Amino acid sequence: MRKPSRRSFLAGAVLGTAGCRRDTGARLALTGEEARTLDAICDRLIPADQDPGAAATGAVVFIDRQLAGPYARYRRAYREGLARAAALSRKMFGKPLNELTGDRRLAVVTRLERDARPFFEMVLAHTMQGFYGSPRHGGNRDYASWRMLRVPASPVRGRILYDLRQGKES
Amino acid sequence: MALDPVDAVVIGAGAGGGVIAKELACAGMRVVLLERGRWITAWDDHKDDLRNQRTSVLGAPFGPDDERNPRVAVDRRGRELVVLPSDGAYSNNAACVGSGTVSYGAMAWRYMAQDFRMKSIYGCPPGSTLDDWPITYDDLEPFYEKAEWEMGVSGDVAPDPFHAPRRRGLPMPALPPNREYEILKPAALRKGWHPFDIPMLRNSVPYNGRGPCMRCRWCVGFACEVNAKNGTQNTVIPTAMATGLCELRTDAMAREIVLDARGHATAVTYFDAGSHLQTQPARLVVVSAGAIETARLLLNSKSRLHPNGLGNRYDWVGRNLQGHAYPRAVGLFDHDTYDDVGPGASIAICDFNHGNPGLRGGAMLANEFIRLPIQFTGMTPPDTPRWGHEHKDYMRQFYRRSIAVMGPVQEMPVFEARAELDPRVKDFWGIPVARLSGGRHPHSVEVARAVVVKAAEWLQEAGAIRTWTNVPGLDLSGGQHQAGTCRMGNDPRSSVVDRNCRIHEADNIYLADASVHVTNGGFNPALTILANAYRVAAAIVKERRA
Ligand SMILES: Cc1cc2nc3c(=O)[nH]c(=O)nc-3n(C[C@H](O)[C@H](O)[C@H](O)COP(=O)(O)OP(=O)(O)OC[C@H]3O[C@@H](n4cnc5c(N)ncnc54)[C@H](O)[C@@H]3O)c2cc1C
Ligand code: SF4
Repeated sequence: MRKPSRRSFLAGAVLGTAGCRRDTGARLALTGEEARTLDAICDRLIPADQDPGAAATGAVVFIDRQLAGPYARYRRAYREGLARAAALSRKMFGKPLNELTGDRRLAVVTRLERDARPFFEMVLAHTMQGFYGSPRHGGNRDYASWRMLRVPASPVRGRILYDLRQGKES
Repeated sequence: MALDPVDAVVIGAGAGGGVIAKELACAGMRVVLLERGRWITAWDDHKDDLRNQRTSVLGAPFGPDDERNPRVAVDRRGRELVVLPSDGAYSNNAACVGSGTVSYGAMAWRYMAQDFRMKSIYGCPPGSTLDDWPITYDDLEPFYEKAEWEMGVSGDVAPDPFHAPRRRGLPMPALPPNREYEILKPAALRKGWHPFDIPMLRNSVPYNGRGPCMRCRWCVGFACEVNAKNGTQNTVIPTAMATGLCELRTDAMAREIVLDARGHATAVTYFDAGSHLQTQPARLVVVSAGAIETARLLLNSKSRLHPNGLGNRYDWVGRNLQGHAYPRAVGLFDHDTYDDVGPGASIAICDFNHGNPGLRGGAMLANEFIRLPIQFTGMTPPDTPRWGHEHKDYMRQFYRRSIAVMGPVQEMPVFEARAELDPRVKDFWGIPVARLSGGRHPHSVEVARAVVVKAAEWLQEAGAIRTWTNVPGLDLSGGQHQAGTCRMGNDPRSSVVDRNCRIHEADNIYLADASVHVTNGGFNPALTILANAYRVAAAIVKERRA
């Protein structure tokens, strides 16, 4: 059972601020470019503020891992949707999404919500899962969201070993 | 090669099947209990908020698996989709020893006396097949009591003036109140309503040799770490096995019930763990595979006397698929309501199950089980953005300051809401899969709209600074509360089984699960399924002795 130490808590807080580490290197299902585009979308869906956002806590790691597993059936939708997002970004602002400022990213993502609804909904759902779900799947690093919500991370396991009536091992 | 004959084969080790196996084995019958899933315990349950039986986006850990068990869902526009157990449209419950009773929330409701006589009381609305049950509450009452005492139920229904008469109280007291309870109870009393402690198949004190609930966060959708939740897997099934007369075979996928020329069941064929086809001869067969899979199995059991599937002479198998329309009201508060004390759901009212002006039936209303963060992400007021800064801020402010009140609205059965066989898609074993189509009756939605207003009023009275409601639409119902596909009735032309749940025109095949429900009450169904299984078992044993 992990209790976040003060140090890891601070580390999480630092991660949340601008210019933080972005691990968008080797992927299981996405190409590097796709991962960077997706990262920029996740960054607007759940942005960093006083608490870290989705991108800095591994939303792309989460999605990429699921695309190589239970979400393999969504691979094509990601491939096509991310290509469309990248093209839209270049068309609107002449640059890849991940090189845009926050406001411009927001403009692209808002346009995606309007014009590429199924893709947008899919990414939104998966980003929420990554950020608010268990860190074991690659997102929500250090239980960032749970700490934000003031939910202690207490994965209760193995209590079945104990006889609670006697307070001893059974 | 055929296996040694036994007195009874029971198909499905869930709620109904577990009880049947125990009762028959304890009456001295040799029983084989076939379960397509496995034993899944708290050891295997990783308390994963994305992979559990409530939020199964990454898979349904209590079964069935996505790889081998597709279904076809047809939406109301006629679009067909192949769906997996982890998809919502699949209408999954579970597939393991205990089935839904391992991971359920464990609310343990008796239906009310009126729930068995819906047609007589309200009349059937156009477009529905609403009918009375062929049995009354009084017929089931002793068996409700048996289920409550054998399996273990805690709670306190005494303050509820609407419940039907009962000879005996519950075996265990209610758990101590959680914070939501403390907030909602005085509010309900001020409204003149009758709040009480939800009956739960959950130990509040040591019972049946197992300890009490430790009030954790991981209840509905998960296996209990301290084995305080009472399902068939830790009560009746172990008792059945302890007789030495019941053999449980897991990873055993029943394909078909084999009939002789006179329409008498002689055996069940199933695929074993190694996918080899086995034939288990039996004198009696009980199908307890859950509403959708029971219908599928009957439809897959074709024979000379039953060319359209077993018991399907009048095309009633798979019809009237229902569940509950579940409207929800959410209230936001200016103080913490979350206390991290499980199971969460604690308080209910039955003031709106019946007697809603101009409406048929209604629903019990109760607060929700603990909402994990991912489950709260979609619970936003209509004008709050679903993403971005504002959504995140909303999560931060209100995750711990919100209460949801919801209720299972009793549905009006619809003949066209159905499970049939898909003509093309087959599962891993080559068996045609269930194809789900149809939708909910508009009256069920109307009732949901009416009772959810009461839920919102309750939250407002409790001090909510803001409330809103969500009401389900006309899409097909079913899901974890799936029922009704093999209706019980006296007339073979408009039902599948008789009052003892024996298939009309097949003298040694019984059904014991939610499929036989004529209507599904304004309550979660498990206790009624369990009680009815005790009743069916008593009828089988009595007949055998005669
Ligand atoms: C997360 C969750 C929460 C719930 N909360 C509640 C609650 O609070 N209160 C309540 O009353 N109910 C609740 N339920 C619903 C409850 O679990 C079901 O109503 C109940 O289990 C249905 O009983 P049944 O006997 O009809 O079918 P099931 O219990 O589903 O049993 C059917 C069994 O048959 C097996 N089977 C199917 N086909 C085959 C085959 N061909 N061969 C072999 N085996 C087969 C299945 O694997 C399964 O184990 C909940 C369910 C879930 C999943
Ligand atoms: S809330 Fe109680 S019954 Fe539910 S899983 Fe936790 S300990 Fe078990």
